Amino acid sequence: MKGYKEIIASYANVPGGIIEAYHAIQKEFSYLPEEAILEAAKVFNLPVSEAYGVATFYSMFSVKPRGKNVIRICESAPCHVAGAAEVVAALERELGICMGESTQDGLFALEFTECVGQCQATPVITINGKPYLNVSPAKIPEILAEYK
Amino acid sequence: MAEEMRIVLRNYGKIDPLKIDDYIAQGGYKALEKARSMDRETLIEEVKKSKLRGRGGAGFNCGQKWSFAYQAQADQKYVVCNADEGEPGTYKDRLIMENDPHTLIEGMAICAYAIGATKGYIYCRGEYPHLVGILNTAISQAKEKGFLKDFDIEVRSGAGAYVCGEETALIESIEGKRGEPRFKPPYPPSEGLWGKPTIVNNVETFANIPVIVEKGADWYASIGVPSYPGTKVFTLTGDINNKTFFEVPTNTTIRELIYKYGGGIPGGKKFKAVQIGGTSGAFIPEELLDTPVAFDNMAAIGATLGSGAVFVLDETRDIVDVVTRIAKFFEHESCGKCAPCREGTARMYEIMSKINSGKGTTKDIETISRLGRVMSCSCLCGLGQAAPAPVLTTIQHFKADYHAKLV
Ligand SMILES: Cc1cc2nc3c(=O)[nH]c(=O)nc-3n(C[C@H](O)[C@H](O)[C@H](O)COP(=O)(O)O)c2cc1C
Ligand code: FES
Repeated sequence: MKGYKEIIASYANVPGGIIEAYHAIQKEFSYLPEEAILEAAKVFNLPVSEAYGVATFYSMFSVKPRGKNVIRICESAPCHVAGAAEVVAALERELGICMGESTQDGLFALEFTECVGQCQATPVITINGKPYLNVSPAKIPEILAEYK
Repeated sequence: MAEEMRIVLRNYGKIDPLKIDDYIAQGGYKALEKARSMDRETLIEEVKKSKLRGRGGAGFNCGQKWSFAYQAQADQKYVVCNADEGEPGTYKDRLIMENDPHTLIEGMAICAYAIGATKGYIYCRGEYPHLVGILNTAISQAKEKGFLKDFDIEVRSGAGAYVCGEETALIESIEGKRGEPRFKPPYPPSEGLWGKPTIVNNVETFANIPVIVEKGADWYASIGVPSYPGTKVFTLTGDINNKTFFEVPTNTTIRELIYKYGGGIPGGKKFKAVQIGGTSGAFIPEELLDTPVAFDNMAAIGATLGSGAVFVLDETRDIVDVVTRIAKFFEHESCGKCAPCREGTARMYEIMSKINSGKGTTKDIETISRLGRVMSCSCLCGLGQAAPAPVLTTIQHFKADYHAKLV
């Protein structure tokens, strides 16, 4: 696992590169640890409040620890009418957690998202950015098995 | 009846997107060469004359926008591609980038030559991580073959914020900041990225450019509706048989989109409403379906063309519930910079939830209508200005559905 200092340093010369650095940190840690935000503020020469402000503005960034595999369920209108609520219920049941929570073993996090641009096959979920199409409650165990 | 016509998706399924030679074999990068043989003013004049208008939703004349950046004096100018594609129900830009990344790159390079820019950015939404690799591969191929000369393109990822599709918020985000829209003017063609003249165009807009340069402005201007010529890519979702995409001339009607291309409503059910242009679009009833999809024709019926998303609802759908979901979207996506949007979207969601749960009164409908009108004219950016459209248009066209839910 790469350290956050090393990751941030590699973006130090990219103008406006803090968002790219945050993406790279999340790839390793699944969230943005406080030390990493402090380090980013230093490297990009920003007040800590601003570095934190960027981290909390974007819905893909989390400043709280969360499960390694981030499951996001699209709840935009086309997925909503296609039955996203049933998929939510199935995921909550299967993982034993509610939306916005992570599993005890640290394997999964469950979040809502807005449209992920795969609306040809609703409802849609993504896991670590990979889309799963035409998802039904019956398909959930099989999809999750890929990550266990 | 208008037939399907592929301009921006001309190479869809015909080429391997990761092979530049495939693109070249279809005549790719010839338009860039031709553009560079023209003087800049003639080139911009040609784009203007084609009457190509932005495909990102605002419908501004593309050549005219370029001429502002061309005229601006600066040591550095930028070309930015808006690939944020955040409107729910839309995936046309993804289709273009996935299947033909070089057409976007060629369009951007033509723009760079026209305005005198040496640096470009593609701001690709964070929900499309797989596109970053495709775009970077295509960029390095074009660089290697010498097509890009001194023009560099960098891909930047968004991180899940709908408002970052707004061009000044997008610019803020590339600068590494919170994606909050700027006050306008100044507009990006005079002061954009890092304060320099910047052209922001949508993916689909850029993808039209090589073909316009190759075949000429007159050819393009003759397609579809004269005030908004060319084609538009539509993505069909909701209660529709063919949940897929179509590229059609702009004189196609909404009815043709739904029944001819979309194959109508599944299960023999009746049509109830269609929302066009994404989640900020108006809901349109049956009696207005014969409207052509072109920008001004849609505006004339109080609707928008927007991103080209087509979201169909059948007679069994609870439209108040759908609009409540949409109100939640705006409450969540409001960036909070201006009070009318920050507060307005929250109150709108609150009142819609109340109505949706059967606790609303006629007073609530009056309040929400007034709130909507105030937001449309007082919010800082298009997000807050358009957020009330689904609420106001459903109250206008589907009032009975609201009344059925009141106490
Ligand atoms: C809230 C909001 C979201 C927007 N989202 C997008 C988007 O995802 N893609 C896009 O191209 N334009 C979007 N726009 C429009 C842009 O501000 C801008 O008009 C467009 O990128 C200009 O390019 P064009 O002239 O080629 O259409 C959005 C505008 C607003 C107000
Ligand atoms: S609406 Fe769910 S992926 Fe687009």
